[in-house]
Amino acid sequence: MEAITTLIIAKYNYWAVILLIVIGLYAMIAKKNLVKKIIGMNIFQTAIILFYVSIGAKRGATLPIIVHAHGDAAHAIHAADYINPLPHVLMLTAIVVSVATLGVALALAMKIYFHYGTLEEDEIQKKIMDREPDKVATSGEHL
Amino acid sequence: MASLEGVTQHLPAIIVAVPLLAALAVTALWWFSNKLCYPLSVGAGLIALAASAGLFQQVLSYGVVEYRLGGWPPPWGIVFRVDHLNSLILVAVALVSFLNLAGSRVAAEKEFQEKVGAFYALYLLFTTGLFGILITGDAFNLYVLLEIASLTGYALIGIGSGRASLSGLNYVFMGTIGATLYLFGVGCLYVITGSLNMVDIGAILPNLWPSKVIVLAFLLCLGGLFVKMALFPLHGWLPNAYTYSPSVVSSLVAPLTTKVMIYAMVRVTLTIFTFDFAFNKISLQVPLVWLAVLAIIVGSLMALSQQRLKKMLAFIVVAEVGYMVGGFWLGNRAGMSGAVLHIINDALMTLCVFMAAGALSFRTGDDRLTSLKGMFRKMPLTMGAMVLGGLSLIGVPPTCGFFSKWYLISGGIEAGHYGFVAALIISSLVNIVLFFRCFEIAYFEPFSGSAGHQSGPMEPDDRSSTVVEAPADMLITLLTAAVLLIVLGIFSGQIVTRVIHQVIPALTG
Repeated sequence: MEAITTLIIAKYNYWAVILLIVIGLYAMIAKKNLVKKIIGMNIFQTAIILFYVSIGAKRGATLPIIVHAHGDAAHAIHAADYINPLPHVLMLTAIVVSVATLGVALALAMKIYFHYGTLEEDEIQKKIMDREPDKVATSGEHL
Repeated sequence: MASLEGVTQHLPAIIVAVPLLAALAVTALWWFSNKLCYPLSVGAGLIALAASAGLFQQVLSYGVVEYRLGGWPPPWGIVFRVDHLNSLILVAVALVSFLNLAGSRVAAEKEFQEKVGAFYALYLLFTTGLFGILITGDAFNLYVLLEIASLTGYALIGIGSGRASLSGLNYVFMGTIGATLYLFGVGCLYVITGSLNMVDIGAILPNLWPSKVIVLAFLLCLGGLFVKMALFPLHGWLPNAYTYSPSVVSSLVAPLTTKVMIYAMVRVTLTIFTFDFAFNKISLQVPLVWLAVLAIIVGSLMALSQQRLKKMLAFIVVAEVGYMVGGFWLGNRAGMSGAVLHIINDALMTLCVFMAAGALSFRTGDDRLTSLKGMFRKMPLTMGAMVLGGLSLIGVPPTCGFFSKWYLISGGIEAGHYGFVAALIISSLVNIVLFFRCFEIAYFEPFSGSAGHQSGPMEPDDRSSTVVEAPADMLITLLTAAVLLIVLGIFSGQIVTRVIHQVIPALTG
């Protein structure tokens, strides 16, 4: 029991990431509403951003700016005293990507709403069936 | 001459920068005039094609070209690394995107009207992303460029009317899952190696092999790329996205996206994880080849049940992905060479058939198989290109499809994997049925629109009066693509011995 609690508490950042990934994937797969799916997609991406941010952090470390170094930067710099800035910088790009994805997804959702008048997947499916029955019947699959 | 040398040194940067800057210029010019977008885009495509050909020449004469962005040395800075593998695929991708672009003017104007500037800007950004994926030597940079190519791909598919936006959104969901899984895999690699440079990670990893994190990273990267390349059973997004998108878009996205993702798989497996790890330390080889076998069979069977030309072709793409993934994971020289050769061959074959389908639906306004009636007489040249593309997909010599299939089959026999060999043969047979069904409808069934010629073959003198070919620029690029299929077939042997064998690790056999 103690081993399990240590596993959970010592690596809580990974558990948080896994939990967010699962929530995001669940929303993308199980929800019928397209906006809820888009929110799920965003949670999924945020989970990975959190993963990168957490691997850069160190206990008791400070910002990676050399001016703040101990001993007026006179001696060698201890990397362990500083947070690793690289994963954080990478995530700036990943955040931009996820914002752009969100934008494209919402724009497409708007187009779908103007075309079908709804964002519920099953209702859209029904409208497609009503409008072009032969296409759905021959392709034999949904969406 | 000095200035020319200066240009040749910077070819890797030019390939990515020119389409990117041209996309910005197109967006700006679009406010003033719709007419300028097309020539500017074609110019940028031509420069990228010339730069990739120059780079290919450099790699052939001097070996690997490494371009340091901002002058930073490799483990710290981002490098563009061009070897025999990606320079070859760069030329193919530049050629395919240029041909499709050059033939797009009339169809794009008809399809997008006043939005034509947005189309060309997205087109150029899409090619920027693909060139970047091919050229970069940095694992995280690959993710960013993957997303540039994907985001523009979603937008291009979503531009279309009707069900295009729904299929586009579906593609957004699947594509995002794929890219994010890949990003997660790169994060795991960074945790354990502290590096993002592909060659550098490849050098560090062998010392850490017992670690389970590497296995996790490997599975995440591969899984992500499998979603992006639409390997069965993760292919759900592909058929509808390619069917309902505008025809100029599907003839761009269908030949290139899946092929470039397969290149990314080859690069990640061979350069980052190294051959020894992927094939000897991990026993994924057999299940992956069987997955590819399933992809080939299911793709072919699903193609058989389609009533629409583009959807049928989309399922053929799903089957072709199985060819390349299976060939690569056979893990012997013939199979891997076949897979790499098939990347370039399949890019051109798919371009040819999708462009032909686009030209047909441009005239008929429909892409159902029944609307092909009488097309051999109405559009003989377009159907001729379709026949060449079809023969190449079936694998009839001297078209290029025969040669890559030959390598794949001999690789399968060498590896003793007869399931893969059987799947390839079954898929070829199914392709024969698929294409000859189209040809039968197009040749024997009379054109329903012309009441006077309902039965029997037409007299030769009648032909001229009924021919309504596709617009000239569409037709010229289509015929170029079709002729290239034969040219590529003639040079396949040389491409394999002089280029592809340089990168496939020397294995037994």
